Amino acid sequence: MQIRPIFAALRKHRLATLLLALEIALACAVLCNACFLIVSRVQQTHVQSGVDERALAVLKITGYDAASATDLNARVVSGLSGIAGMQSVSVINSVPFGEDNGAAGISLDAGGKHSGGVVNFYVAGPGSFNALGLKLLAGREPQADDYQPVSSFVPADASAWVTRALADHLWPNTDPLGSQFWVEKFHFRVAGVVANMVRPSGGESGPGMIQWSVFVPGQPGAHLSGLYLLRASPSQLPRVLRDARDAMSKIAPDAVVDTKASQTMQVLRERYFQQNRIMAGILLGVICALLLVTALGIVGLASFWVQQRRRQIGVRRALGATRGDILSYFQTENFLIVSGGIVLGMVLAFAINLLLMQHYELPRLPLYYLPIGALSLYVIGQLAVLGPALRAAAVPPVEATRSV
Amino acid sequence: MFAYYMDLALRSLRRSPVLTALMVLAIAVGIGASMTTLTVMHLLSGDPLPGRSQHIFYPQVDPTSHLNPHSHPYDMMDYHSAVDLWSAQRADRQALVTVSALRLTAPTVNQPALMAQMLSTTTDFFPMFAVPFQYGNAWTAQDDARHARVAVISADLNNKLFQGADSVGRTLRLKDVDVRIIGVLAPWRPSPQFYDVVGGRFSDGDTASFYGRPQDVFMPFFSSLEVNDGGFNPFTCWSAPDPGVKLQNSTCVWVALWVQLNSTAKVGAYRDYLAAYAEQQKALGRFARANNTRMFDLMQWLDFNRVVPSDVRLQTWLAFAFLAICLFNTIGLLLAKFLRRAGEIGVRRALGASRTAVFAQCLVEAGMIGLLGGLGGLLLTMLGLWLIRRQPVEYADLIHLDPSMFGLTFALAIAASLLAGVLPALRASRVAPALQLKTL
Repeated sequence: MQIRPIFAALRKHRLATLLLALEIALACAVLCNACFLIVSRVQQTHVQSGVDERALAVLKITGYDAASATDLNARVVSGLSGIAGMQSVSVINSVPFGEDNGAAGISLDAGGKHSGGVVNFYVAGPGSFNALGLKLLAGREPQADDYQPVSSFVPADASAWVTRALADHLWPNTDPLGSQFWVEKFHFRVAGVVANMVRPSGGESGPGMIQWSVFVPGQPGAHLSGLYLLRASPSQLPRVLRDARDAMSKIAPDAVVDTKASQTMQVLRERYFQQNRIMAGILLGVICALLLVTALGIVGLASFWVQQRRRQIGVRRALGATRGDILSYFQTENFLIVSGGIVLGMVLAFAINLLLMQHYELPRLPLYYLPIGALSLYVIGQLAVLGPALRAAAVPPVEATRSV
Repeated sequence: MFAYYMDLALRSLRRSPVLTALMVLAIAVGIGASMTTLTVMHLLSGDPLPGRSQHIFYPQVDPTSHLNPHSHPYDMMDYHSAVDLWSAQRADRQALVTVSALRLTAPTVNQPALMAQMLSTTTDFFPMFAVPFQYGNAWTAQDDARHARVAVISADLNNKLFQGADSVGRTLRLKDVDVRIIGVLAPWRPSPQFYDVVGGRFSDGDTASFYGRPQDVFMPFFSSLEVNDGGFNPFTCWSAPDPGVKLQNSTCVWVALWVQLNSTAKVGAYRDYLAAYAEQQKALGRFARANNTRMFDLMQWLDFNRVVPSDVRLQTWLAFAFLAICLFNTIGLLLAKFLRRAGEIGVRRALGASRTAVFAQCLVEAGMIGLLGGLGGLLLTMLGLWLIRRQPVEYADLIHLDPSMFGLTFALAIAASLLAGVLPALRASRVAPALQLKTL
């Protein structure tokens, strides 16, 4: 295949060639970045919560008098435990994918000089550690005397269970067991390490900090009340939650059930990532429309060129070129234009990525998106040009003798 | 001549229906996508108080008692600073604002208790923010001072409890306290809920919640503190609050102050007053820093909080990149179309048409494609907005196509297609007549 005549022909159509290459460049840049955005959004939705989501539900009540909270907790826990199929009921301050309720900055010294970052505190009553299904990697499970009274938002001096990710961040290369940390005057000593426990503000705090959580056992009371963790077998869970919500009017007539927050953990998770899924859907739609428009542009321009060159094609056929020669001429031409567009498009893709990084806390575009984007544009280009090229190949040699 | 060109353009478009359809479709899809996102942007980033927002200000002081490493004051104020500044009455209007949740029942209505969002504020709130009333009135400054047990409720709550009837004079039970309804708001849906916007820069762009509905119950600030005692939550605290200390005396920030200042001189004077107040509090030993005060106007405050969700901004950029691709596409197709008619243009030129005339003829054709694309784009915009209204986001019910956006759709479509037409039209007008006539 001779490339030089193709270049010679393209030089005659510099403007149209340039436009098509620019369109492909822009499409390539948007395609790479949109794919990258889709993948990062979808990845966020796959975050490991570290808890037994399928077997858990939460029940939230509000509107009761804080003075009666201790009595209320006892009534709710004992009342709900009686529901058929309920495996356990425990009090907790917040749950993964629920409302954010325990974020605090910690320090690694009593004076507050050495900051350890903002972490999430899960404060929860007896039974919750096992109900959550946390996977213990080191240390021991909470014992009865670990459950201290909660004076304001955490116990004054408590044992704490940290996640692997947080332990690696705070005490790299040392055994975290027995380490201490502080929130102002509140003091914590690490008694165990759990595999994962995602913070309620799951995907928002940046991928590195999603698992920065601390589990602190606490005694239910005025500062730990109103949110109840229910555990049942996955098949019975929806029915158990429904029964629990219905039972509240008898157990705690003075409280109001927050139906929006009282859901199974799976519903909460789904709701939490809804926006991510919508955005991924929109991006996918844009990519499809983009490729379609680009393909249509190629079809339109190639058809025009074929029509314009009918006579020349006829001459070439008359001089001995086969149909395959004509077909491959147009396909090579398209390949060259798309290649030019892609070279420019890769530079543009990185420029757009830099802009996005500034505004959306995205990481750098991984290099492997570029060949993927390039390949899909080559495929689209070849498919789009196939129709016009076949029409060109069908031009009979006799065309050369007409109206010359 | 214009009419003649229109006729020529129509003929030309009809001659190659597929190519025409491709171009119209490209423009329509590009316009549809960008107008949908632009409409959402326009509705979400608009001025919630057009004509008055430049007089509305958000004063801030730094009440921390130790040296604050943060360079900005907190987004809200502690109780004492806010009430001091409010009671000084140095502005044309001033209102304290804080939001809490509480249990609500209507004793005469047979409905279960519900948790309502309550806005605690002072009398100037209603005239300052031009809040519309359906029945009754707002409370007076005397009601604020007397800690009167009165409330204003939203149209939504009035519909829910009283089926939209005039409920002025009826009783609501908030927690354990009976309060008298003295006013019912007309449907009011500020976008965003500007008076309650705080902490936007900590939400990582996920700010859709700023576009929620206004609160259901409005109560005089000091009365509500008694009614919902213990029900208020701090925005943040500069040191861990001591158990047992009331929020009013705690080391927490949880009250916002809005002021209205009708002239630039008053704005300057208020800034000075704010600085003087901080200086005085530092002298009293309550503030650690005196020079950390700030006062944004309403729109600056919304910008500072980046109220427009980052996803919406991303979608807008995406749509415009898409429109650019559609434009490149159209330029290429128009070029092909015009140059295909080189022979025809050669004849026109030989018969005496000037380059300008050929250029104008081509542009009219491009404009025609733009008009058709605009029509398609409008339909697609309406489809796009309908899809957004069905999304589970707080601002879904705010989304509609307003007349200005309707006009802009066509302006943008025609401008885009004319822009796309310029280059091909220039090319077409430079066709050498002699060369074309020879090949005829």
